[in-house]
Amino acid sequence: MDAAPAPPGPREGPTPLFGAYGIVKRFGDFTANDRIDLEIRAGEIHALLGENGAGKSTLMKILYGLLEPTEGVVTHQGDIVRLANPEAARALGIGMVFQHFSLCENLTVAENIALVMPAALTGRALAERIARLGQDYGLHLDPARPVWSLSAGERQRIEIVRCLLQDPKLVILDEPTSVLTPGEAEALFSVLERLRDEGRALLYISHRLDEVRRLCSRATILRAGRVVGSCNPRAETARSLAAMMVGTQVNEVQPRAARRAGAVRLVLDRLSLPAPGLHATPLRDISLSVAGGEILGIAGIAGNGQPELFDALSGESQAPVPEAVRLDGRPVGHLGINARRRLGAGFVPEERNGHAAIPQMSLSDNALLSRHATAPLSRFGLLRRARARELARRVIEAFDVRKAGPDPAAGTLSGGNLQKFVVGREILAEPGILVINQPTWGVDAAAAAQLRQAVLDLAGRGCAVVVISQDLDELFEIADSIAVLHDGLLSPPVPAGATSRAAVGLLMGGAEETGAEAGETPAAPARRALVQVP
Amino acid sequence: MRLDLLPRARRSPWLDLLSPALAFAAAVLIGGLAVAAFGVPPGQAFLAYFVAPLSEAWSLQEVALKAAPLALIATGLAFCYRANLWNIGAEGQVVIGGLAGGWVAIAAHGSEGATVWILPAMLLAGTTAGLAYAMIPALLRVKLGVSEILTSLMLVYVAQLLLDYMVRGPLRDPQGYNFPQSVGFDEAARLPALMTGESLHAGAPIALLAVLLATLVLARTLFGFEVRAVGASPRAARFAGFSDARLTLAVFAISGGAAGLAGICEVAGRIGQLQPEISPGYGFTAIIVAFLGRLSPPGILLAALVIAVTTIGGEGAQIDLKLPLDLTRAFQGLLLCLVLGADVLTRYHIRIVPGGAGGGALP
Amino acid sequence: MSLDILQMVLVTVLTAATPLILAAIGELVVERSGVLNLGVEGMMVLGAAAGFAVATETGSTLLGALGGAGSGLLLAALFGLLTVGLAANQVAAGLALTILGLGLSGLVGAGYVGMKRDPAPHLHLPGLTDLPGIGHLLFGHDAFVYAALLLVAGTWWFLWRSRAGLSLRAIGDDHTATHALGLKVRRIRFLAVLFGGACAGLAGAYLSLAYTPFWAPAMTAGRGWIALALVVFASWQPLRVAAGALLFGGATVLQLHAQAAGLGLPGQLLSAMPYLATILALVLLSLGRRRGGSPAPAALGRVFAPSR
Repeated sequence: MDAAPAPPGPREGPTPLFGAYGIVKRFGDFTANDRIDLEIRAGEIHALLGENGAGKSTLMKILYGLLEPTEGVVTHQGDIVRLANPEAARALGIGMVFQHFSLCENLTVAENIALVMPAALTGRALAERIARLGQDYGLHLDPARPVWSLSAGERQRIEIVRCLLQDPKLVILDEPTSVLTPGEAEALFSVLERLRDEGRALLYISHRLDEVRRLCSRATILRAGRVVGSCNPRAETARSLAAMMVGTQVNEVQPRAARRAGAVRLVLDRLSLPAPGLHATPLRDISLSVAGGEILGIAGIAGNGQPELFDALSGESQAPVPEAVRLDGRPVGHLGINARRRLGAGFVPEERNGHAAIPQMSLSDNALLSRHATAPLSRFGLLRRARARELARRVIEAFDVRKAGPDPAAGTLSGGNLQKFVVGREILAEPGILVINQPTWGVDAAAAAQLRQAVLDLAGRGCAVVVISQDLDELFEIADSIAVLHDGLLSPPVPAGATSRAAVGLLMGGAEETGAEAGETPAAPARRALVQVP
Repeated sequence: MRLDLLPRARRSPWLDLLSPALAFAAAVLIGGLAVAAFGVPPGQAFLAYFVAPLSEAWSLQEVALKAAPLALIATGLAFCYRANLWNIGAEGQVVIGGLAGGWVAIAAHGSEGATVWILPAMLLAGTTAGLAYAMIPALLRVKLGVSEILTSLMLVYVAQLLLDYMVRGPLRDPQGYNFPQSVGFDEAARLPALMTGESLHAGAPIALLAVLLATLVLARTLFGFEVRAVGASPRAARFAGFSDARLTLAVFAISGGAAGLAGICEVAGRIGQLQPEISPGYGFTAIIVAFLGRLSPPGILLAALVIAVTTIGGEGAQIDLKLPLDLTRAFQGLLLCLVLGADVLTRYHIRIVPGGAGGGALP
Repeated sequence: MSLDILQMVLVTVLTAATPLILAAIGELVVERSGVLNLGVEGMMVLGAAAGFAVATETGSTLLGALGGAGSGLLLAALFGLLTVGLAANQVAAGLALTILGLGLSGLVGAGYVGMKRDPAPHLHLPGLTDLPGIGHLLFGHDAFVYAALLLVAGTWWFLWRSRAGLSLRAIGDDHTATHALGLKVRRIRFLAVLFGGACAGLAGAYLSLAYTPFWAPAMTAGRGWIALALVVFASWQPLRVAAGALLFGGATVLQLHAQAAGLGLPGQLLSAMPYLATILALVLLSLGRRRGGSPAPAALGRVFAPSR
């Protein structure tokens, strides 16, 4: 980049604080960013909108010096700069708040912050600065706490404090509200607005349109690695923004015609499980029941026991008493996952790569993974490969899984297509009970709509479905009733029509925030809040 | 300078074959330089190491004799390593297998009628003993979470000392002039030679059979799928309903049993009695063989032959060219290093970025 | 037991513990950075051979020690290139290193089998060393022993008091997060691996230059593996490594004395004691740790291949 061309001039208005021009980033054959131009000015919150896989994260990593662009330049106040590494980016005043926090779990808050501070700043001096900044912005932290003991909201505070301690000119925030309760998000917005008013630039990456319309004065929209438009989001509707992001009209989910109230098929009865590991959540006294044809949504912020609850339902971890989990009336708490599958249950875990599927293995091997005990895929211990391939082919066809080659490795599929495969693999077995964790996490809108429709249709055929999700929109779209998982406790489920996002959001932050009145049991205010808050 | 690794979307089969071949060529090249440093013309050394062992009937038999235990042990180890479990104590399991099987032979020494069942009993005892010995690290890992790497290795020393004690003590030949060795086994307690008057014994077909069986099991059975799944992703394997503990015990049983069988084949075949040392480090060399063969049984068979050739060649080179035996061992270690390094070719595109100021740079 | 006999016993314990301390401290730093190098035995035995060879050729124990450390470092560089640079499997590469080290040590040491040279000189401070009861224990060792103790203190300071140590621990905890922050994950890991190699080489040189002092093939006799176990046993804490090594040294000395005293136990059983004790120590440790997770660095043994 020594003989770079003259810096491209601003396309409009004064010289931007930071500019990215003609950014191309290729990974092998895949082009993640294709000739992207972006200008960011001081004192603005600039939204970078796009679906998962649109190239937002790649662009952001280039701006933070984590990735080198294949082509294109980045400018700072009109001068071309080379962002060789994050240190260089920080030196130019670029700070980053990561979505998947870049924190070391076993280090303390202060140690995590010290990692990017000048070497001389340690111990008490650092703690004082953390405290002063915390006071200033209302971002309170205990420097001596280990990170693993903190909630997602507190972890994000560390990220923000760490970023602000370097007095950045540009703060990049990657999906900052995806792990926050509505209340925590409100607090974050006021911090961001204050940073803007201090004259800093903010690059706000999100796919949540209401947030963007509230906070941002300009938006750049990415689709499939390219800029497809830029606008003032306040002048747009959520619908028009969505259309730009997605490109095509996304199918609305068809509501089911009639609800059949079937017999109860899945019951958890006062299930308690100790935390399986050092940094895991114990499940406490969880009860629920789901009837055939019903979809129970379980809301909650990550880290409140979702994987633990999923494992307890699936049999990957077993209950202390058989009666704690019942499928169609049969106690199964002591049974493993395959025994539960044989009783007609199906499971889709949250993590596609390395839990629901093995990325290095072919799709037919991945069909074997969850179906070897329930489908006739082996005889006398010998595999029947043709049948596994046939099963994979049926899933691929039924769910329109896009792939390259006849039987490719699961890891070569895009997130949405792999998710369609692992969901389809279970749905084609026509389970009587389906437990699905984060069904559309990181999936593009079209695939998400298709998956939700498939789950609704399955319930319509009499299946009892549990959907664990962090996405409230999703739950309100498909669930009949909603319960909230917080710190390993499950609130009593209430009909989706009788509650609101705000009520659920409050519970996600912990029932105690609802202001329990004296004399009431902890569960009681939870229920009240869920039903009554408008 | 910085070394960047870009993951390949898919593995290409010809690179899978090419990468160990490249590694082998590089090792031979470096070996040639080393040999030249000892004042021996590399060409001559090459002939001694790689060609001479293949040129005569007796040396071919020697190659097969050496390759058989290596292939047998490495095939068992492949099950472990594929499942990401690290039994590195096969040498101890070889020794215990040889000791237990040999004990049976000594106990039956000279008894009438002990002709038909003695050899099967020895093989069974050896296999079971190796299996049982491998169960110690496996159970410690499953029940208590103790690292199987360290315990299995420590047990090698214990096994060797136990054999030493037995051969110098309880199992010593009373008429053996105090030599530390047992009585010679009866003819019925020896593995039969494949051709009369030759040294190649039934250990080779046993190893071949094991390789065939393992190929079938790994590629065609649900258990083989389980091994591969646990190795690739333990979490996904649990989702498939495969139990970590059960699989750990199973693969340790397989590798321990194979090593024990190799041990008793060695004792009942080539040696014919118990001695303080019954294995020239087969259990350790088999680790090289397993990786050199890319943990696939047919590859392991080929790798075992290659290692056997270089070992026999090394013995010849020691006599003819005065090249030290340790050169062979260093060569084998280097070869394994290079194979592991070359493996990166199959998984990543390598890009070398010149220039100093890069993040994540290597010196 | 008189004070002087007690002192003599303690001196031998410390002597037996020194190679373990040196090798284990090196490996501790490597593992704290998230890399598992199982090749300690190989680097150690090469260090023993190279150290003895250099010392014999130059007549200098210091150069011998440096030679031993240097040879361990070179071997570790190969390991670092494979595992840190090329993302190879660390367990397999460590085993390869052990085998390669054993072979190379045989080549290097071939000409020196059976040779003897004077052991490394011991400190002698008139007045102090002759103090009854504690003089020899405090002021009568060779430089290796003091170097080992300094290394323990220095490593403790480095890990818990220095910024570089903080970076190293952070990288061992989560390489993805630290990489995202711009820390030079691979460079720091490579340097840690080199340090571990130098320590292991020095430990080997101690064996051939001070402990025995001669070269014999495979003379490390599994000490490298015991050092690896010590790191686990010490929960990745430098001071506990020293304590564990002293316990182990004590067991070794006890075993030697028992052998000499002729208790009627087979010699092989006594020789097997260190290995059985290692297993026992690991078992007891995990029994005591049934609840809660492992204190191992979270990224230990995981492959890291960043893309740019």
